[in-house]
Amino acid sequence: MASVELRFSPLPAHVRTARLVAVAAARRIGVDEDALDEIRLAVGEAAARAVRRHQAHECDDPVVVSLSDEGTFVVEVSDRVPGSVDTDERPMSGSAGFTAVSGGDGVFPSGVDLAVIAGLVEDVTVTSGPGGSVVRMCWPLRPRVD
Amino acid sequence: MDLSLTSRDEGIRTVVGVGGEIDVYTAPKLREQIVKLVDDGRYHLVIDMEDVEFLDSTGLGVLVGGLKRARAHDGSLRLVCTQERILKIFRITGLTKVFPIYATVDEALAAQD
Repeated sequence: MASVELRFSPLPAHVRTARLVAVAAARRIGVDEDALDEIRLAVGEAAARAVRRHQAHECDDPVVVSLSDEGTFVVEVSDRVPGSVDTDERPMSGSAGFTAVSGGDGVFPSGVDLAVIAGLVEDVTVTSGPGGSVVRMCWPLRPRVD
Repeated sequence: MDLSLTSRDEGIRTVVGVGGEIDVYTAPKLREQIVKLVDDGRYHLVIDMEDVEFLDSTGLGVLVGGLKRARAHDGSLRLVCTQERILKIFRITGLTKVFPIYATVDEALAAQD
């Protein structure tokens, strides 16, 4: 059971809300302050990716962001677009990203969002199936002082 | 926090001051501004990002698109940024090799290609 669950219509305007809620929950659950910028960016990328996937497939279902304390801070961003993660959407890193983006005109090819997430977050998995795809990211909590 | 945009001409260059958050929602506004400048014949752009509080991959895409547009007219697109959290996303994506990044607007204006 998530501590906080956010469901929003797949619109770009709501992605900022997802970032703000994620950072507030992370702070409340006890993630180190140094990780908050990383969480803001990674959750923003995952939420923006979900919105783009919904829009590309004309899916009006809500995007779901769940934030929970499972000994680590766990964020799951779920879309409802079925099928496997596209081949060209696998995480890239370093100059591979540059090679891909240099071909575009103002719009990154799909996959750069995942590349950024993979570059930022050590503990990340992307799964997909008939019900949609889930980006799951974890961050450690501050040691508790008793 | 929305996106704020200003622009001023400095000789052949145009300095675009960007403030606030550049993300999937606001990036189209930045794209429109860059496209308009290039369409108006301003091919040498300096994007001042010192007041940017957030940048995601959508924003990077707009900057890459702007660079392509400017270069198509033998122009340039230079960035001004010293904020570590913004620079980090350029490094992760390898884009520090693509964009000339300066510490101040004056340096960006004065630099020789």
